Amino acid sequence: MKARDIRTVCTVPDGGLTQLLQMVASDATMRLVTLSTEEEGMGVVTGQWLGGKRAMVAMQSSGVGNCINALGFPAAYRAPCLMLVTMRGQWGEFNPWQNAMGGAVRPTLEAVGVRCFPVDRAEEVGETFAAAADMAFNGKLSAAVLVSQRIIGAKGFGQK
Amino acid sequence: MTKSPSHSSFPATSNKIDRRSFVAEIMKHRGDALAVTGLGSPTWDLFAAGDQPENVYSWGGMGLCVPTALGLALAQPKRRILAMTGDGEMMMGIGSLGVVADQAPANLAILVLDNEHFSETGRQRGLTAGRADLCAIARGFGIRETMLVTEHGKARELADFLFRAQGPVFAVAKIAITEDPWRLPEKDGAVIGQRVRSALGLTA
Repeated sequence: MKARDIRTVCTVPDGGLTQLLQMVASDATMRLVTLSTEEEGMGVVTGQWLGGKRAMVAMQSSGVGNCINALGFPAAYRAPCLMLVTMRGQWGEFNPWQNAMGGAVRPTLEAVGVRCFPVDRAEEVGETFAAAADMAFNGKLSAAVLVSQRIIGAKGFGQK
Repeated sequence: MTKSPSHSSFPATSNKIDRRSFVAEIMKHRGDALAVTGLGSPTWDLFAAGDQPENVYSWGGMGLCVPTALGLALAQPKRRILAMTGDGEMMMGIGSLGVVADQAPANLAILVLDNEHFSETGRQRGLTAGRADLCAIARGFGIRETMLVTEHGKARELADFLFRAQGPVFAVAKIAITEDPWRLPEKDGAVIGQRVRSALGLTA
């Protein structure tokens, strides 16, 4: 993030983002914006770009469904919108309530014009994030890094 | 069994403030403030009050006026930022008031032009027509300074509150339902965005 001059991270948190969000929160040069719902992030990143700053949104895959109409907003301003999405309902999911949205993330994002960068190997997350960030900020477009549930691990709630 | 709210009295409001002249009066005192408007009538009102690069109009993204103004306020801490939107747009993004209170930018003001109806879609009754109190909601989220205005004569006092008081501040103006001539600004968001960025001295 810092290598791409991203200083603000908006989020509705997810388990898979815990360490990252802690790093942002404890870094005096970065700002964590906790949202009430993920689509607010599309407004915040647009406002940040209008004011000359770079921001991004981090969320769980279920939050993508909340963002679909809002994704038209940065697109209309030609403001970059970079998203980091940790997947649920995709690989060995324990909770069936996650499955509908988990399967719909990529088709719905692509239907509203977001470039998707799925990654399912931990060692490729960094380069994939960098590639998506460059596409978003250089091209003033919306891009989403979809981090596979295979990397994060399926949540078992103590059961399997 | 509780009685459901009456939808028969449509459209009904005792609000008196004329929105166009009221917004124009407030904007006379904006100084170098940037103004972000919610889709629909607040955008037309701001354009009617005078077009300038510091106006960030929107034609969509219902619920995103306050989040956008927040992002801009955090990016430009030395500039005053006004979010001006309608009651329906505010209700859709109501949780964003919690985000504003949490970030607490001192340079952000929010004004809701509240006619208690969805003007753009046929004046259907809105959620602020009944018991909802937007100022109380804002205070509940933790925005300490709020102001409710019901008279045109309070425009100057409201302008001072919006453009000079320590933010974040939140105000509601109870406006009448009026038939105003269409005043439609630039529709291309890329043009609107580049205009404001140029006004801020930003490149590309």
